[in-house]
Amino acid sequence: MSDNSLGFTRSEYESSLAYGSGGVGDFFALMKPRVMSLVVFTALVGLVVAPGTLHPVIAIAALICIAVGAGASGALNMWYDADIDAIMQRTAARPVPRGRVSADEALTFGTVLAAGSVITMGMLVNWVSAALLALTIGFYLFIYTMWLKRRTPQNIVIGGAAGALPPIIGWAAVTGTVGLESIVLFLIIFIWTPPHFWALALYRTRDYERAGIPMLPVTAGPDTTRSHILFYSLVLAPTGLAPVFIDMGGIAYAVLATVLGVAFVALALRVYTRRKGREAEKAAKKLFSFSILYLLLLFAVLLVEHVLGGLTVTGA
Amino acid sequence: MQLSEAQKKRRRSRSIAIAWALAAMAALFFVVTMVRLGANVMNRPF
Repeated sequence: MSDNSLGFTRSEYESSLAYGSGGVGDFFALMKPRVMSLVVFTALVGLVVAPGTLHPVIAIAALICIAVGAGASGALNMWYDADIDAIMQRTAARPVPRGRVSADEALTFGTVLAAGSVITMGMLVNWVSAALLALTIGFYLFIYTMWLKRRTPQNIVIGGAAGALPPIIGWAAVTGTVGLESIVLFLIIFIWTPPHFWALALYRTRDYERAGIPMLPVTAGPDTTRSHILFYSLVLAPTGLAPVFIDMGGIAYAVLATVLGVAFVALALRVYTRRKGREAEKAAKKLFSFSILYLLLLFAVLLVEHVLGGLTVTGA
Repeated sequence: MQLSEAQKKRRRSRSIAIAWALAAMAALFFVVTMVRLGANVMNRPF
């Protein structure tokens, strides 16, 4: 018997539940590579803007540990959320609900990667950054995935802290401490997270509803969500400028952060005003896509400014 | 439990990937040790 939508036979699927039949690609997918790339990028920025020097080899080791730690978080999230992932259209093709990787395998894979990345970070870089990496993985799994996600519409507001920590880890890899500048980077991502995910939730509301996840559009309705998106966007725009006032961002950063901040608010306003039909969906999709670009460009210009202004990652 | 040919092939590719990951980790630890010790790597009693 063949399953047309999934492309493998029923007997293959059933045996995979007991043993798992995933290839390397399936285990790679468990690590949420797209999320991982954003995590590594923001950590790299934290590492480069930090004062002091770090040997390139140790910097690379730190980034590998952060990447693997992020991958561990993804795998553990997919292990725990397999039941709701199977219901949601956006996540139904993930390796566990598809039966390519068994839940036990995902749990083992995630646990080994989490422990390995934290211990390696501690041994090769420093134990402050290792502790922060452990905190990030633990926060994402226990606080966000297991506790908040299925209980409160504030899930991604509080849970967003996990995604905002990588620049602090990067900073700590160089300095061995947590500095004000790294907290500013944390705040930018932390405030950016709610409008980013709520824009997605606006056009995926039915998905979340079916899975019983109390995302804001499900519990409070789309109009309240639009107000919240606009509020967070209005807070995000000036927060994005904060690096300028602590001498972390230069003129290029100031100009770009202003332009991008205004564009973010404009798109949030469009989401706020267009409330019906295809136009509303288009506005939410546009804000979601732009929000990724916003964060990417903001951090990219910081990176470029610091690299051009004198390499902080230098040979010992 | 009898594994199909496709499952055996995927298991082999997983084993190879694990081997590569372990080799990369050993290389990483070796290189970082060299970086940390620098010239002192030769400074040991014989």
